[in-house]
Amino acid sequence: MEDRNSFVREVAEKTYEYGFTTDVQTEIIDKGLNEDVVRLISQKKGEPDWLLEFRLEAFRYWQKQEEPRWGHLKMPVIDYQDISYYADPTKPSDKKEGPREIDPELMKTFDKLGIPLEERLALSGTAVDAVMDSVSVKTTFREKLREKGIIFCSISEAVREHPELVREYLGSVVPYRDNYFAALNSAVFSDGSFVYIPEGVRCPMELSTYFRINARGTGQFERTLIVCCDNAYVSYLEGCTAPMRDENQLHAAIVEIVVMENAEVKYSTVQNWYPGDKEGKGGVLNLVTKRGHLRGANSRLSWTQVETGSAITWKYPSCVLSGEGSQAEFYSVAVTNNFQQADTGTKMIHLGKNTKSTIISKGISAGKSQNSYRGLVKVGSKAEGARNYSSCDSLLLGSECGAHTFPYMDVQNDTAIVEHEATTSKISEEQLLYCNQRGIPTEEAVSLIVNGYAKDVINKLPMEFAVEAQKLLGVSLEGSVG
Amino acid sequence: MLEIRNLHASINGKEILKGIDLTIRDGEVHAIMGTNGAGKSTLSHVIVGNPAYEVTEGEIIFNGKNLLEMNTEERALEGIFLSFQQPVEIPGVSMTHFMRAALNARRKHEGLEPLPAGEFLKLMREKRKIVELDSKLANRSVNEGFSGGEKKRNEIFQMAMLEPRFSILDETDSGLDVDALRIVAEGFNKLRRPETSAMVITHYQRLLDYLRPDIIHVLIDGRIIKTAGPELALEIEEKGFDWIKEEAGL
Repeated sequence: MEDRNSFVREVAEKTYEYGFTTDVQTEIIDKGLNEDVVRLISQKKGEPDWLLEFRLEAFRYWQKQEEPRWGHLKMPVIDYQDISYYADPTKPSDKKEGPREIDPELMKTFDKLGIPLEERLALSGTAVDAVMDSVSVKTTFREKLREKGIIFCSISEAVREHPELVREYLGSVVPYRDNYFAALNSAVFSDGSFVYIPEGVRCPMELSTYFRINARGTGQFERTLIVCCDNAYVSYLEGCTAPMRDENQLHAAIVEIVVMENAEVKYSTVQNWYPGDKEGKGGVLNLVTKRGHLRGANSRLSWTQVETGSAITWKYPSCVLSGEGSQAEFYSVAVTNNFQQADTGTKMIHLGKNTKSTIISKGISAGKSQNSYRGLVKVGSKAEGARNYSSCDSLLLGSECGAHTFPYMDVQNDTAIVEHEATTSKISEEQLLYCNQRGIPTEEAVSLIVNGYAKDVINKLPMEFAVEAQKLLGVSLEGSVG
Repeated sequence: MLEIRNLHASINGKEILKGIDLTIRDGEVHAIMGTNGAGKSTLSHVIVGNPAYEVTEGEIIFNGKNLLEMNTEERALEGIFLSFQQPVEIPGVSMTHFMRAALNARRKHEGLEPLPAGEFLKLMREKRKIVELDSKLANRSVNEGFSGGEKKRNEIFQMAMLEPRFSILDETDSGLDVDALRIVAEGFNKLRRPETSAMVITHYQRLLDYLRPDIIHVLIDGRIIKTAGPELALEIEEKGFDWIKEEAGL
C-alpha cells in the first residue's frame, strides 16, 4: 500500500505543463471598464465608426444586465473593474506607419507550445493564427490560401481589409443581447480569427487558431467568425493554454459560424486552459458562447470538443438548423479533476424540415470536481421530420466528484423524433486489477480506460489533435485513482 | 520456484486463508481442487496482489523475491500471470492497444525497447492461432461482446503473448464446451517450458486429463488438507471430498 501512496503523491505534485510565462514587454491598458475603455480599444485597433457603435451599444446593454447564476457552478465573484481589457505583447514599429513588431520571445513561446510560426517548420497541412492576450501575433500560410480566395486572418485585420464582410456577419449568429458574457465580449472583444471560404472551395488545409493568455490581471475576449459559402468546406481547430496564476483569469469568447447551402464546417477544440492548482486556487474562467447557423439547405456543422482545462467551463456550442435537411453534430469529452467545475453541453434548435442532429457527450469527473451536461433540443412547429439523437455518459473516478445531466426538450412538431440516452459508470477496481495484472501501471491503465471510454469522440478529431487529446486525457487525470 | 509459507489472508476482516504452505518448482503443474468457497480463488488473487485482500501472516517467495513487498503490476512484471475466472470488459480499448501496453511494460521492465508496430502485429497473429482466435480479435475491445469461451481463449492468448514464468488458471474450464476446453488446454500445453510452472484451479477431471498435473492439492476451509499425485484427482471425481475431510478430522 505504501508505494501506492507515494505514487499518488508524486503525480499529484506534477504541475501543469504549459504554466510558464513569457517575459515580453506588453502594453497593458489600465484596469477598469467604462465607455472610454471601449473607445480606447476601438481606437487602438483603428476601427470604423459602425464597429465602435456596435461595441458601445453592447456595453450599454451589458451594464443593465446581471451575471447569470443558473449554471451548476460555484462561481467566484468577478470584479469587472479589476481586469485590464487590452494587453498587446507586440512592439510599435520604429518607423511611424509600419506594422507592429513581433518580439522573438513571442515566436519562441509558440515554438515551446509546439506551434511553430515559421511556415517551413509548421505542421504539414495546418495554417495557424496565433493569438496572445489581445492581439494576433501571426497568421501562417495566408498567401497560399489567398490563391484559392480563402481569407484567413485575425478579426482585427478583417475589420480593416474586409469591412463589408465583417459588418454583414458579425453578431448575426450571436447578437450581443444573447447573454451577459456575449454582451461583454461584444463590447470589448480583442482578437480572434476570421475565416471566409468562398463558394465551391474546399479548404486544402486545416485552419487553426491557438489562444494563449500571458499577461497578468488581464482578460481575453476572443472573437471568431467563420463564413462558409455554398458548396464549400473547412475544418477548423482551436487550441488554448495559459500560465499558472494564483488569481482567476477571464476568457469570455464568442465564436460565430455561418454555413450556407451544401457547405460543411468541422470545428474542433482542444481546451487546456490552466485549471487552477490542486487546492482549487487560480485557473481560467472559460465563459464562452459558440453558435453556428446552418442557413443553407443540406448544410452541415460539427462541433467536437475535448475540454480538460479551466477552473470553470461554461460553454454550450450550439446549432440553429434553419436550412432544410441540414445536419448538426456535437461530440464532447469534458474532463474535470481536483476542484474544476464544468457546466457544458449544447443546444440544437431545429427550425427547418428534415433537419437532423446528434449529440454525444462524455463527462469524466475525478477528484472533488463537478461535471454537468446541460443540453437543449428544440424542435420548432415547422420542423417537419426533425430528428435528434442524444447520448450523455458520465464516468466517475473516485467518490468525491459529481456528475450531473440536465437535458431539456421542447418539441413543437408531432412528426419529430427525439431520443435521449444517459448512463453513469465508474472505473471499476476489476478493470484496474486486470490491467495491473498484465503489468500495466495504474496511471497508464486509467489513461487507457478513459481513452477507450472517450473513443467515439476522439475519433472525430483530426489526426494531430486526436493524438494530443489522448495524451491530455491521461495527463489531466494523473493521480486521480490511487 | 514459488514458495508459499503459512499464508493467512482476509477480505473485509474475514479470514479466508488460514495457513497455506505450498511449493511449486519450475517445470511443474499443480492442481488445486476443493469445495466452493474453500479459498481457491482467494489464493490466486493473493498471489497476484489484488489490493482487496489483506495478507495478515506468512510469505510468498517467487524466484527468491518477496512478492508481498510488490504491488500487482510489479508482480506481473516478475512473470506472474492470472487467467481470470471472469475476465472484465474494457469498452473502447482494442486488444491491440491493450496488449501493446502490457507487452511494452514488460519489455521496459527487462530493459528492452518497445516492439515496433509491424513486429508486434506479427506476434499477435502468431499467438492468436494457438487458441484459434480469428483476425477480428485485434480490433475488438478487451473482452467486450466475447462469448464465455472466447473470453477464456483470450486469457490464454494473453498468456502466450506475455510468456509468464508462473501462471494461474482460475477455473479456466468453467463454462467451456468440449471443443473450447480442448483448444484452451492444448494452447496451455504448447506454452509449457522447463522453466515455467503453473497452478490450475478446477472442479473437474476433464481439464486435468489434458493438462496432466504433477501434484494435486485439496484446499478446504482455507487450508491444504491433502497433497498427492495425479491419481488423487480421479479418486475425487469418483468419491467427492467427504472422505478427505474425514481423513483430516474435519
